[in-house]
Amino acid sequence: MTKLVTDIICPFCGTLCDDIEVEVSDDGKQILKVMNACAIGAEKFLHAQSPDRIVRPRMKQEDGSWKEVTYDEAAQYTAKILCDAKKPLMYGWSSTSCEAQATGHMIAELVGGIVDNTATVCHGPSLIAVHDVGIPSCTLGEVKNRADRVIFWGCNPAHAHPRHMSRYSIFSRGFFTTKGSKSRKVIVVDPRPTDTASVADYHVQVEQGRDYELLDAMRVALQEGPLPETVAGVPKEKIYELARLLKSGRFVTIFFGMGVTHSLGKNHNIDIAIALTSDLNKYTKAAIIPMRGHYNVTGSGQVLGWQFGFPFCVDLSRGFARYNPGESSANDLLMRGEVDASFVIGSDPGSHFPFKSVKKIHDLPSVCIDPHMTPTVAVSKCHVPVALVGIEIGGSCYRMDNVPIESRKVVDPPAGMLTDGEFLELVLAEVKRIKGVAA
Amino acid sequence: MTEILIKNGFVFDPVQGINGDKKDIAIKDGVIVESVSSAAKVIDASGMTVMAGGVDIHSHVAGAKVNVGRNFRPEDKLQAVYEPARGVRHMAGGNSVPTVFKTAYKYADMGYTTVMEAAMPPLYARHTHEEMRDTPIIDQAALPLFGNNWFILEYLKNGEMDNATAYISWLLRSTKGYGIKCVNPGGTEAWAWGLNCMTINDPVPYFEITPKEIVAGLIAANEALHLPHSLHLHGNNLGNPGNYQTTLDTLKIAEGFKPNNTFGRDQVLHHTHIQFHSYGGTTWADFESKGAEVMDYINKNPQLTCDIGFVTLDETTTMTGDGPFEYHLTALNHLKWANTDVEVECGSGIVPYVYSKDIYVCGVQWSIGLEMALLAKDHMRCYLTTDHPNAGPFTRYPRVMKWLMSEKARDEVFASMKSEDKVRDRSTLGGIDRELTLYEIAMMTRAGTAKALGFGGKLGGLVPGMQADVAVYPYNPETESDPEQIEWAFSNAKYLIKSGEVIINDSEIVSNGNKQTYWVDVKTKASTQVEHDLSEMFRKYYTVSERNYEVEEKSFMKNPNVIAIDATL
Amino acid sequence: MNTVTITITKQPELFIEAECFTPDAIAGKTAEQIAELPVHIGRTTEKVGDYFTVEGNAGETAADTKLVVAGDLTRVKYIGSKMSAGEVVINGDADMYVGAWMTGGKITANGSIGHFAATSMAGGEIVVNGNAGNYLAASYRGDWRGMSGGKITVNGNVGSDCGTFMLGGEIIVGGNIDVHVMTHADGGRIVILGNAKSRLGGQASRGEMYVFGTVDVMMPGYAYARDEELEVCGTKAVFAVYHGDLGERHPTRKGETVYAKLYLKK
Repeated sequence: MTKLVTDIICPFCGTLCDDIEVEVSDDGKQILKVMNACAIGAEKFLHAQSPDRIVRPRMKQEDGSWKEVTYDEAAQYTAKILCDAKKPLMYGWSSTSCEAQATGHMIAELVGGIVDNTATVCHGPSLIAVHDVGIPSCTLGEVKNRADRVIFWGCNPAHAHPRHMSRYSIFSRGFFTTKGSKSRKVIVVDPRPTDTASVADYHVQVEQGRDYELLDAMRVALQEGPLPETVAGVPKEKIYELARLLKSGRFVTIFFGMGVTHSLGKNHNIDIAIALTSDLNKYTKAAIIPMRGHYNVTGSGQVLGWQFGFPFCVDLSRGFARYNPGESSANDLLMRGEVDASFVIGSDPGSHFPFKSVKKIHDLPSVCIDPHMTPTVAVSKCHVPVALVGIEIGGSCYRMDNVPIESRKVVDPPAGMLTDGEFLELVLAEVKRIKGVAA
Repeated sequence: MTEILIKNGFVFDPVQGINGDKKDIAIKDGVIVESVSSAAKVIDASGMTVMAGGVDIHSHVAGAKVNVGRNFRPEDKLQAVYEPARGVRHMAGGNSVPTVFKTAYKYADMGYTTVMEAAMPPLYARHTHEEMRDTPIIDQAALPLFGNNWFILEYLKNGEMDNATAYISWLLRSTKGYGIKCVNPGGTEAWAWGLNCMTINDPVPYFEITPKEIVAGLIAANEALHLPHSLHLHGNNLGNPGNYQTTLDTLKIAEGFKPNNTFGRDQVLHHTHIQFHSYGGTTWADFESKGAEVMDYINKNPQLTCDIGFVTLDETTTMTGDGPFEYHLTALNHLKWANTDVEVECGSGIVPYVYSKDIYVCGVQWSIGLEMALLAKDHMRCYLTTDHPNAGPFTRYPRVMKWLMSEKARDEVFASMKSEDKVRDRSTLGGIDRELTLYEIAMMTRAGTAKALGFGGKLGGLVPGMQADVAVYPYNPETESDPEQIEWAFSNAKYLIKSGEVIINDSEIVSNGNKQTYWVDVKTKASTQVEHDLSEMFRKYYTVSERNYEVEEKSFMKNPNVIAIDATL
Repeated sequence: MNTVTITITKQPELFIEAECFTPDAIAGKTAEQIAELPVHIGRTTEKVGDYFTVEGNAGETAADTKLVVAGDLTRVKYIGSKMSAGEVVINGDADMYVGAWMTGGKITANGSIGHFAATSMAGGEIVVNGNAGNYLAASYRGDWRGMSGGKITVNGNVGSDCGTFMLGGEIIVGGNIDVHVMTHADGGRIVILGNAKSRLGGQASRGEMYVFGTVDVMMPGYAYARDEELEVCGTKAVFAVYHGDLGERHPTRKGETVYAKLYLKK
C-alpha cells in the first residue's frame, strides 16, 4: 500500500506552491510519484531519491580527491575557518528554512561574518529600489481575485515560475475575476518573443537595456505629457495606448524579473517601475510584485530584517550591523579580496557568480553545505551534504509576496544524515567553545 | 526557584491603592508573595521607585509590515548608535523600527514586561509569531485584524452572529491571536479598489455593509465570546482635519453594550491612538484640536477605554493596517510608500514621517495628545502609547512621562517651536497646569492597560499571587525636582524582574528571560456553515490551502500561554 | 596650520577601515598618539602605526590641522569621512568613502578615489585630480536626503549613480560620466565638461545638469524648452534647455511649475 500525502509545499521557486501531492511508499521512505507540481518541482522531489546521493561530509585532500569525515569533524573545520578569519563571507541561505537561517546568523554574529543571500545576484536591485521609493504591493491572492491588467516585465514565468500563471496571474479565476484569463488584459514587455509573450494580449518588444527609458515614458504618458516619436524602439502611440489601457483597469499588477533587475540600470529600472505603479494609484489601483527566484530567498531577507534590520549584504564584522550593497555584497567582496573565508549554504555561486569570484572561493578556506554535488562543492575544501528542506525536513519559508508558509517533511533523509539546522547547531556550539562564550 | 526581596522602595501600585509608600515586595516561584525566607536575594531599592512591569496595550513591534519598515529604511539604522553585542545581548540597531533584539532591550530598560502587538494580518500570522518568538525577554500577544475580513463582512451583513463568533474563534485558534482588532472598518477593503470609507455610514464597495454595522457587530461578537480584551478599534477617517465627528459617532456605537467576561475587564470598546482621531478644522490651514470634546465624551462613558498615541516630535516610520491613510500620507510628504493588500482579509501601508516641531501641524498634534491625557478624569481608562512607531518610537515613553508630569517641560517644548503662538492657539494645552503623578502614570502604563487587556488579576500590579513582573527605577519621588530625571530614570530601570527572574541587575541586562506568548482559545458551538465557507474560500479565493494556514504552536511560539474560554456556556 | 603626514608602509591582506583619518579625529594629538589610534581590518582592531608611519603633530583643532595621507591607499577606506574642518591631502589612489558625510574642510585627492565618496555630503570641498568611482555624492541607501551642500571637482571621469537624491551643492566633472546622474534630485547642480551616457536626471524634480560634450541617449521625460546663452565654468556658450523629468511630481513656485533642467551645450 502506498500513502498519499497532500498539501505539500514545493521547495523550488518563489511561487511556493502548497498544493503538491506526493505518493510515498508504505514505509514512508520512498517518494513514488509527485502530483500537481511543475516539471522542475517534481524533479526536485524525485531527485532526492537518487541512489548516488552523497550522504556524509567530505574534505578535499591535497591531491584533489575527497575523504569522508564525520559531521563533528566537518563542524570543527567550519567553526575553525570562521573563527580564524577576520572577515568571513557567509553566503547563500535561499534554499533553506528560516530556522536554519536564524541559527546561521547567530554564528555570523559571533565570528563577525558577512551574511549575504542570493538576492545579490537576483532581486537585490529590487530591494535597493524599495529602499529608495517603497513598494505598493499585494498578496498573490489579490491578483487572482481582482487583477484585470497584468504586466510581466522582463520575466518569463512560463519557464521560470511555471505554475504562476495558472495559480495566480493569468488563468486563475478569482472572486471578481470569474472568467479567468478573459477577465484580464495581459501585457508582456520583453525584448524576446517568449512563451509567456505568446499567451499575452500585448507583447511590447522593448529595445534591450532601455527599460528605464520606456518606464519613464510610460510615466509621462500617464499624464498625457509630450514624448519623442519612439522610445526604446516603441512608437509613442503605442506607449500612450498602453498607459490608457492600464488606467482603464480596476486593478493593475506588474510582475518583474531578472530581465530588468540585471540589465543596464539594475535597481533604477525597478525604482521607476515602482514609481509607475505608485502613479497608477492616482487613477486606479495598482501593485507590483518581484518574481523572486529561490523558494526561500524572501525568507532570508525577512529573518535578516528582524534580526539586524537589513535584507541582504549584512556586514557584522565590526561587531554591529552595516549595510551597503556595492561594498558588502558577495561578489564585490570576493572580487575585491575583502574576505578571507567562504561559507556557502543553500545556493550555488559556483554556477551563478563570475569566474573571478568563483576562483576566489577556490583560493580561500571554504565550506559548502549542500545536499548535492554542485560546481560550488567542486571548488570548496569541505562539503557537508544535508537533508533537503521541504522534503526531508520542514521549516518556515516565505513566498515571493512575503506570505509565510511552513514547509513539510515528506520522507526521512538517508540514515545518519543531518539537516542543515542540526549541522549549524553543531558549528554554533563549536564556535562558542572556541570563543569562550557560554553555551 | 529563587526568592527575591525588593526592599525599601517607594511603591506605586494603583491596583492596591499604594501611592508611593515605602514597602517591600517579595517574590517567590515567579509570583508576588507576602513574604520570603531570609535566603532571598535582596535588592536595595532605597530612594527608588518600584512599580509592576509595564504593560503596553498597543505597539507595532513584530510582523510583516514592521519588517517592511525595517528593511525599506536602511537609513533608519544610522539614526541611532547600532549597539554591539555584549554579554547576553545581541547586536541591537534601528531607531524608529528597531530589530527584535533592540525592541526587547529597550522595553526592558523602560521597565516594560508585556507588549501587545497591535495588528496581525491573519495570512501573515506566522511571520508575526516568528518575530515574537525571536524577541527575547518581553511577554507578547498579537491582535489579528477583522474589520475588513470577507467572512466577517458577509456574516455581519446577514446578521449571522453565531457564524461570526464561530469564525472569530476559528481565526484566533488558527493564527494564535489574542483578540479582535479592527482597523478602518470597511475602508481597507474599499482601498483594494483605491477607495475608502470616510464616515461610519459609507457603505463598503460590493459588500454593502457600513463601518457602523461592522463595529457594532464586532463588539457584540466580542462579548458573546467573553474575550479577555474588548474590541480594539482604529476608527475611520484617521489623521484628517475635522475627523473628531467621525470619532464621536464611532464611540457612540458602544453605547448600550455591556462587558461580558470573567477577566475583570469593564470596557466594551478600546479606541486606540485617539489623538489621531480628535482633529477639528476643515483643512490643514484651520486645523485645531478637538481633544477636549472627545475626551469629555470618553470621561462620561465608562464602557470606553483609549490610548493616546502621543506625537513625540521625532523622525519615525508610520505603519498601519489603514492602507488608504498611508497613500494619503505619501501624497502629503512625498516620501517612499510601501503597501500590501492581503487577500480576503486586510491590508497595510508604511511611510516614513518627520514630525518637526517647526511645522505647526506637528506641534498641534503634539499638543492634542498631551491635552487629552491631562483632561482625562480616569487614567485607568486612558493609556500611554505612541502607537509605536506611528506617532513616535516607543523609546520616547519616558519623555512623554516627563511632559505629562511637568508643565515646565511642556513649556520648554512650546518655547522651542517656530510657530509657538499658533500652536498654543490651536489647543487648550497651554492653559492646563495639571501635572500627572507617578500614581497616575502607573495607571496609564500598567494597572489600567493590564485591566483593559483582561490581564487584571495577573499583571499590572504587585498583589500577592500576581506574576512577579517588577521594575525598579532610579528615581526618588520625594527629592527629585528636575523633570529631565524623569525621562532618564524611566529609560534606565535599575532592576527588572520578569516572572520572578532577574532581567536587569544594576542597570545591566543579564538575562534574555523566558518570554511567553499569550493566545486565546475560545470554544463556540460548531457551525457547519462556517466549515463550508472556509473550505470554499480556501479552495477558490485564497492562495494557500486550508491545511497550510494554521500557525503551529510548537514551531512558532516560545512558551505559548493559552487562555481557554468556553463560550458555549 | 600643522601638517601630519601618514604614509602607508605595509599593505593589509584585507582592507583597512580608517575612520580616524580626519583632521577631527587627530586634532590635538602628537604623531605618537596618532600612531596609537585604532584602525579596523575585518573584526580585528589594529593600530595606525601597524600599517603607517606618522610624522608631525596635529594642530589644536581640526581647522588647524592638515592631514597628508600618502602611498598606495587602494585598500584604505573612509579617508576624510565625516570631517568638519581642516584639510586632507591624499597622495595616491584611495578606496571607498572618501569625504563621506563630510560637513566642512577640504580634501584634495591627487589620485583617484573609490566608490561612495562624498556620500550625503553637507559642506566643504573635494578636489579629485584623478577619477571618482560610482555613487559619488549619492545619498546613503534609502535616504531621501543626499548631498546638500559643498563643492566637488573631479578632473577625471566619474562613475555611475552620481548625485542620487541630491538636494544642493555643486559637482564639476572634468571628464566623462557614467549612467544615472542626479537620479531623484531635488536640487543641486552638476556640470559635465566631457560626455555623458544616458539617464540624466531620471525621476528628478529639481536640480540642474550642464553637459558640454555628448549624451548617448536622452531621457524621454525631458522636453526641449528653449535656448539660453550662459556662462558656465568660465565658458560662454548657447545651451539647449530641457525640462524634466516630466513623469515625476514637481513643486510649484509662484504659480509656476519648477522642473529639473538639463542644459546641453550647442
